[in-house]
Amino acid sequence: MVTFLQQLINGLTLGAVYGLIAIGYTMVYGIIGMINFAHGDIYMIGAFQSLIVILVLGFFGITWVPLALVFVLLIAVSLTALYGWAVERVAYRPLRGSTRLAPLISAIGMSIILSNTVLLLQGNRGKPLPLATENQFAAPFQLLTQDGISAQITDKQIMIMVVTVLVMIGFTLLIKRTSLGRQQRACEQDMKMASLLGVNINRTISLTFVMGAALACIAGLMVTLYYENIKFNIGFVAGIKAFSAAVVGGVGSLPGAMLGGMLIGLIEVFFSQYFSVDYKDVAAFGVLVLVLIFRPTGLLGRPEIEKV
Amino acid sequence: MAVREMSSPVSLAAIGQERLKQALAAAIVTFLLTSLIVGIETVSSTGELAFNTRYKEVCIAAVAVFFGSIVVSYMREGNVRPALFGGGGVTLALIAILLLQDASPVIKMLVPFQATIVNWGSLIVPAAITARALQMVMTARARAAGRETAFERVGTATQGALPWLGLALIVLAFALPWLPIGDRTMSKKVIDICTIVITYIMLGWGLNIVVGLAGLLDLGYVAFYAVGAYTYAMLSVYYGWSFWICLPLAGVMAATFGVLLGFPVLRLRGDYLAIVTLGFGEMIRIILINWKVVTGGPAGINNIPRATFFGLPMERTVPEGVTSFHQFFGLEYNPNHRVIFLYYLTLLAALVVNFFTMRIRRLPLGRAWEALREDETACRALGINPTNTKLTAFAIGAMFAGFAGSFFAARNQFIDPQSFVFLESAMILAIVVLGGLGSQIGIVLATAVLIGVPELFRELKDYRMLAFGVGMVLIMIWRPGGLMAHREPTIRLHGKGKAEPATGKPAAKPAAKPTPALAAK
Repeated sequence: MVTFLQQLINGLTLGAVYGLIAIGYTMVYGIIGMINFAHGDIYMIGAFQSLIVILVLGFFGITWVPLALVFVLLIAVSLTALYGWAVERVAYRPLRGSTRLAPLISAIGMSIILSNTVLLLQGNRGKPLPLATENQFAAPFQLLTQDGISAQITDKQIMIMVVTVLVMIGFTLLIKRTSLGRQQRACEQDMKMASLLGVNINRTISLTFVMGAALACIAGLMVTLYYENIKFNIGFVAGIKAFSAAVVGGVGSLPGAMLGGMLIGLIEVFFSQYFSVDYKDVAAFGVLVLVLIFRPTGLLGRPEIEKV
Repeated sequence: MAVREMSSPVSLAAIGQERLKQALAAAIVTFLLTSLIVGIETVSSTGELAFNTRYKEVCIAAVAVFFGSIVVSYMREGNVRPALFGGGGVTLALIAILLLQDASPVIKMLVPFQATIVNWGSLIVPAAITARALQMVMTARARAAGRETAFERVGTATQGALPWLGLALIVLAFALPWLPIGDRTMSKKVIDICTIVITYIMLGWGLNIVVGLAGLLDLGYVAFYAVGAYTYAMLSVYYGWSFWICLPLAGVMAATFGVLLGFPVLRLRGDYLAIVTLGFGEMIRIILINWKVVTGGPAGINNIPRATFFGLPMERTVPEGVTSFHQFFGLEYNPNHRVIFLYYLTLLAALVVNFFTMRIRRLPLGRAWEALREDETACRALGINPTNTKLTAFAIGAMFAGFAGSFFAARNQFIDPQSFVFLESAMILAIVVLGGLGSQIGIVLATAVLIGVPELFRELKDYRMLAFGVGMVLIMIWRPGGLMAHREPTIRLHGKGKAEPATGKPAAKPAAKPTPALAAK
């Protein structure tokens, strides 16, 4: 019971991170129908920029976590969002309207460029979180103790879940209530019609990338704080798992992305606990295959209607 | 067109507000993008993280983007002079600085970046701008004189000569070991690289069946390559089976995996298939790493035997009672024999794959693949079973990957899971797409560009991958259809009465093909 509770907490934390990244995939896929392969690397860039901001803040003596978080959210998130914009502008926009494979190849190229740039500029060592920030976090809270083992939740895990819930609420409101969100949904349904009705397509698509990148950066910040160590190649695995999460949840559906992220996170954690750590990724992809076989459009996806 | 008349020293007012604004925006964006990742270097040598600043580079990048943006916007309007003189000037100045940097400390201060490679690499940008400007000038001159531009001439010439080009390449490939290429080690290196290139060509042709002909996006192709390589490695190392028995078995094994994977997932459409195959590729890799008893785990499998010449091993020393290749033919032992032998073997296998693909395109099965790619619903209506048709494409593509895998294992004599990462799949897919989907010769060209060239510059290591990524993006932007855009049906219904390729083709082809002229933009 204790182990189960502990793994549930760990799984939900991991799932929240996957979910945040998955939203970027699902929105981009929903609007222009391409797999944005570079999104995992945008997340990695977000993690690095967050770490750098924390590091520089520490240099100026600002280590109080809430204040540092505000600065990171302001600086790193907007700069990462700019990366999202720039990648779309440089590598995808010239290819809009060409074959389906061209943007995909361009995205794979972009992913290679981003991870190798960071490798060359920041080196291939893991980068630890500065101690001054790390020491700010309190000891974990004991939730339940049984037979000498206790299930515990750290303040980081609480923070990740709270931030994820807040971001999700804000983001859902943005998509549902604002004119920006309306334009985004309109483009998703029918781009040509939306443009005829005066929606600026280029701007909307750019904004989709910007929003996805901002969420990926928040995920990157969480991971930096949670694992206290990041590397140039963390983007790939997180990226494909997040994309799997988006597909499991149903591509194009925002709650689906979150649900898929949670599912993949939980499966990974529970499989590691009860079966084998080595094969946890096999389990995650196995679930993906199973879901797709029985529900080809994902858990919350709309069925695809094909007109001839 | 007033801009065109302007003299080269451009005054600030003449640059134009709009242009200036755009260039400034581009420079600011560059500054912001690079400000953290480039500007601050994290150093973790002492355990505690520290940082250095590199704002000189950031500023150089921003300034370069500012001027580059102005020059390019002029070029878009047809005024190439700023690009020609500015780009050329910067290129020459940079070369001069880099060559003379040791001469005096003043010049040393002008060197933009720290790493030598980056300094030389940064030359590419102004050089490319200058080259494009030059090309525009030439095109304009040719147009004015009423001639075809050089690019168009090359384009027309290539179109007609395409079959001959293929034949010439094959002849060249066969003649390669006999060509005088430097000394023994040099020629060994070249032949070895060519073997790698041909292996990738084979992989490209295999994936071309899946992606180019049947239109199934497979991102986990490397899994079948791995299955082939491990099948050969395990059978030969554990059971001592010969290469020639293992080769077909590797193909069969890979095809079996293709069917096993394909059966449940081929109902899925397009991009879902992509992500499932990607997941499958990762699964195979994880199993290879963790199933240590069978696959040797991360350490891989060592001492894989080489291919034998009809049972004659190509080694210097052989066990008692076995005749080696050089003893049998009474030759002096030469390690190049082995390399050349493997080269020819790979070449022959690749040609078989090519021949097979060319023939199967004309069979009902091949026709069904292409029809399926174009319209699945119509195929269903015509009574083609989509699942079976896709499954055969998947299995045949996988089989070729299996063959390529056993050649890879035989060449390397050592395999580990590191050789079968997603990047390999991406590379093979990039070859197919960059070559132009469905074009056999395009794949050869793309492989030569993507594998051969970087393989020659292995010393550049990390920069190599960066250049690879940049190349992928640039080629896609430049020619989204691939180097040899060729995606038209093998036969056409209308136009000619008989759907005979011999008569149906020539009339339809030249018109349908986009001219490869860059100038057409």
